[in-house]
Amino acid sequence: MTKRLKTGPLLKHLFIYLMLIVFIVPFFLMVNNSFKTTEQFINSPFSLPDRIRFENYVDAFQKLNFLNSIKNNLIITLASVALIILTASMAAYFLVRHKWKINTLIYAIMVASMIVPFQAIMIPLVSIYGNMELLNNKWILIFMYMGFGQSFAVFIFHGFIKNVPLEMEEAALIDGCNKMQSFFRIVFPLLKPIMVTVLILDVLWIWNDYLLPSLVLLSPAQRTLPLSTYSFFTTYSVDYAPLMAGIVLTIIPVLIAFILGQKQIVKGVVQGAIK
Amino acid sequence: MGITSVIRLINSGGYEMSSNRTVLKNMGNFIAFTGPSLLAFSCVLLIPFIYGIFLSFTNYSPVTGSMDYVGLSNFAKVFTDKQFLQQFIKTIWYVFYSTLLCNLVAFTLAAFLTSNIKGQNILRGGFFTPNLIGGIILGYIWKFIFSNVVTLIGKNTGIEWLSTSFLTDPNRAIWAMIIVTVWQYAGYLMLIYIAGFVAIPRDIQEAASIDGATGLGKLFRVTIPLMVPSFIICFFISLSRGFMAYDLNLSLTNGQPYGSTQLASMHVYQKAFQSYKYGIGQAEAIILFIVVTVVAVSQVLLTKRFEVEA
Repeated sequence: MTKRLKTGPLLKHLFIYLMLIVFIVPFFLMVNNSFKTTEQFINSPFSLPDRIRFENYVDAFQKLNFLNSIKNNLIITLASVALIILTASMAAYFLVRHKWKINTLIYAIMVASMIVPFQAIMIPLVSIYGNMELLNNKWILIFMYMGFGQSFAVFIFHGFIKNVPLEMEEAALIDGCNKMQSFFRIVFPLLKPIMVTVLILDVLWIWNDYLLPSLVLLSPAQRTLPLSTYSFFTTYSVDYAPLMAGIVLTIIPVLIAFILGQKQIVKGVVQGAIK
Repeated sequence: MGITSVIRLINSGGYEMSSNRTVLKNMGNFIAFTGPSLLAFSCVLLIPFIYGIFLSFTNYSPVTGSMDYVGLSNFAKVFTDKQFLQQFIKTIWYVFYSTLLCNLVAFTLAAFLTSNIKGQNILRGGFFTPNLIGGIILGYIWKFIFSNVVTLIGKNTGIEWLSTSFLTDPNRAIWAMIIVTVWQYAGYLMLIYIAGFVAIPRDIQEAASIDGATGLGKLFRVTIPLMVPSFIICFFISLSRGFMAYDLNLSLTNGQPYGSTQLASMHVYQKAFQSYKYGIGQAEAIILFIVVTVVAVSQVLLTKRFEVEA
């Protein structure tokens, strides 16, 4: 028993930290080799760089059109998420507070639609918006994210608003507020914790999404980071070192955001899954 | 007409008016609150979904411009398309193994992390990190690792099967996909399992220990039955994501070698946007949708039967 108490925890720690190393070695390899030449990488990927080669990063920065891509990513992600949170919380509020038949039906359709995979929508979507010549426009893409994000966000907000007491709103209505005012002054601020959950999940989804933007954004100037990474890799597939620098460049903003908000992000991700 | 009836008339008129006004006001509020949400939802999801069902019964192609009703012939073509059937079976195979391994790894990690391990934040963060990054980039990272690093390790250690790339071997390339999928999702599922472990009431754990349950016996008789809800969620997530896998498939293998790793999603994409057969592509997409729904829902129903009350 005493022996087990001593070696047990040690072995446990050894195992789990070995697993951690296995999990993060791919990232280490990318960072390490992004400072070397392609030849050095091929011959000895594990050796440390003899000197720091920033030229790989300069190369990747230009070929990824990094600033423009990240600007597109930021605009699309922020605008989509803001619109999703605003419109879905309003809709969820109305659906909770008015138990009309039509509202129950709307809610049921939205919840059921969550199981529809994007692949079942993409062909008619491209065909409809393509025929109306609405493709290759980032505002249309934002509108699409707004549509695809509705059902999940409405579902999450619906669950939360159900438990928000009515009294304060009733008091506000008696004081002469209309429905809109009482929603934005009283209910909306109370949604903050659940808004963070929706925000985190939607940012992770939209920031990294490849398939939908690849169908909607056609011109190179519109490309988001995943799109320009794809074109960078398919165009310059021979010179590995700048490609790895490009990978590191695209990961850094995400990692910084994760380190800053790890607690919130982990909480949000778990809540979004369990709900 | 007496004064009382006038009052009654005014009252009833007033009542009717205010009821009309309430209806109008309700309508106005309905449009203001749910309008934007419903508009986007309908234009992006609902209408395309319905239109998609219609498309699958036509021979629509944006190249020829044809759009004739062809009945079930698209579905007949799909079910006799040998390549599609092969790739569909491959997809099911991929989903089966990646779901199994993802959950096994995730559950093991969660079990360790909830047993007095030091450095929780670093561990959770480290295991979860792959999930923050898009499938396209993850695929490219592992493309380097499989084609350059693993092969070098194989050559240096003399292990034959490691010295040639996984990605050029039709039998092993799908395993490369599975390995990266496990790496991608294990940390995410781990977080859900950790939440499940933490939710098990402490007194039940202690009661089990007092009754003499230890180690594996306790795991299978006490812990796992109490964590059925976590299993339902995690299986649901890994099954549906597995069937939908596209990004990783594109960047890691691009369906190569010889189409051996082209999963259903990519097949649909190519049918529609490279062969321009929208009708057939949509029929495939609908079959995929039905299979995902049936598998995911029956998984939930099946697993629910193992649920016990704490």
